[in-house]
Amino acid sequence: MTNSLNFKKLITHLFVLGFGLVMLYPVVWMVSSSLKPEYLIFSDPGLWPKEVTFDNYIKGWQAVGDVTFGLFFKNSFVISVIAMLGNLVTCSMAAYAFARMNFPLKKTFFALMIFTIMLPTHVTLVPQYVIFHSLDWVNTILPLTVPKLLATDGFFIFLMVQFFRGIPKELDESATMDGCGPIRIYLRIILPLAVPALLTTAIFTFMWTWDDFFSQMIYLTSTDKFTVPLGLRLFLDSEGSSSWGALFAMSVLSLIPIMTIFFFFQKQIVEGIATTGLKG
Amino acid sequence: MFQAKKNYLIAYGFLLPWLIGLIGLVLGPMISSLYLSFTNYDLLTSPEWIGIGNYTDLFGDRVFKKSVEVTLVFVIVGVPLQLLGALLVAVLLNQKLRGLGFYRTIYYIPSLLGGSVAIAILWKNIFGLDGLINDFLAWFGIQGEGWVSNPNYAVYTLIALAVWQFGSSMVIFLAGLKQIPMELYESASVDGATAFRKFKSITLPLITPVLLFNLIMTLIKSVQVFTSAFIVSEGTGGPSNSTMFYTLLLYLKGFSYFDMGTAAAMAWLLLIFLGLLTAVVFFTSKYWVHYGD
Repeated sequence: MTNSLNFKKLITHLFVLGFGLVMLYPVVWMVSSSLKPEYLIFSDPGLWPKEVTFDNYIKGWQAVGDVTFGLFFKNSFVISVIAMLGNLVTCSMAAYAFARMNFPLKKTFFALMIFTIMLPTHVTLVPQYVIFHSLDWVNTILPLTVPKLLATDGFFIFLMVQFFRGIPKELDESATMDGCGPIRIYLRIILPLAVPALLTTAIFTFMWTWDDFFSQMIYLTSTDKFTVPLGLRLFLDSEGSSSWGALFAMSVLSLIPIMTIFFFFQKQIVEGIATTGLKG
Repeated sequence: MFQAKKNYLIAYGFLLPWLIGLIGLVLGPMISSLYLSFTNYDLLTSPEWIGIGNYTDLFGDRVFKKSVEVTLVFVIVGVPLQLLGALLVAVLLNQKLRGLGFYRTIYYIPSLLGGSVAIAILWKNIFGLDGLINDFLAWFGIQGEGWVSNPNYAVYTLIALAVWQFGSSMVIFLAGLKQIPMELYESASVDGATAFRKFKSITLPLITPVLLFNLIMTLIKSVQVFTSAFIVSEGTGGPSNSTMFYTLLLYLKGFSYFDMGTAAAMAWLLLIFLGLLTAVVFFTSKYWVHYGD
């Protein structure tokens, strides 16, 4: 009985591990190929490079005309960090009002907030573009950051409302007795106790903004404003299939921030998905 | 009374950024895009009312029909495969396996990275003529072709990319499976139920609420797929419109041909379609979703 049970477990382990490795193979192969000399990438499909070189990284970094990938990384970081801070501040403010305060039209507003979560972004795309265009904001970071300062990611508001509701109300009440107003309760009680929800918001906002290709492509038009995804696309279009090595090298670099965040905050990320159904 | 009014003001203060965003960037634009969908508008000259012209043009447009077809194939083939993969691996991982955390990480990584331009570039390469897939097929003596450049196969390479990212659905399934009481399985074992029987009579019914959630999320995400198709087809939707996904055509209409009216009309059709789809899924769910008594 135990033997057959152990055998079954072993088979499961082998299958799960084997299948998992097959799934990861393309990514590992890309990392390995980025370290191979160009001529070996296609002739040597193995994972272990016969010859290790950093030429692809040096060549890729300088890839596009007079700007380097360093600038693309800087641009991506600036946008992602501002988006992250914007969501943290404004989504938590709105969530606090919904979770802890009373005001006219609260139910209507809450329903509207839930509605915006389901709304495909394309429905607001054209008029938003018209607005930003008329403000002369196209080819600046403003169309990518200002919406985050206006709490347009309803999903995170919802996430925080749920979390704030779990914080005991007695804490607010005793603070009110001590003469604290709503603003101090928000700053001194709710925010410090809501760190897990804030962290989830920060992580996912950063990762999604980092990977967001669509709006960055629409709003950023000159090469010096380009972010990493746009830089990669430019590289693909200009050099294309003639320099896969360098293209892979920059692709690998572009994934490093996300992978780093994942390894530091794995628990928050996996739990965030499991408990709230955030899409990956 | 005075205090209550003061607190209302403070509450609206907290809501202010969100309210400005709601009116200025969501509801306002939504209504205005409905209006623009009935106009000819190229961004430079002011919109010209043409009634339902954009809509009738779209329904007569061969490329539009193709984009609907491509997107539907992507959804109808891709979504069940993603959910099936996610559920099967979640069930395998749910049997008190050692190293669960490690396995979960392995399967989640594709979801983590999959939406990026970098992975789309990788995909373009491995499904190319000299790519990994053909190296693999060569072991079996099969001469592969350039999968991404063949109109018969290109969409399936993108489906493969979507299915590859089943990890986030799997994590959600896994969390749901952990909620199923172990006693149910134990007493079923005592009664001599086979593993398949236990899956069919215990796991499957009890996981249906999570399945419903995953189904809706995956559907909404799949209908709006963009980045992978854009990168793999280099922004063209080719070869022969075989990867012309709905959102890609919407983008091209609006931002390559500057036909903003048609782009707005496509956006509203998308909204209506997604609304109907979600409603249908919810409506039918009472026939197959099992809620605990």
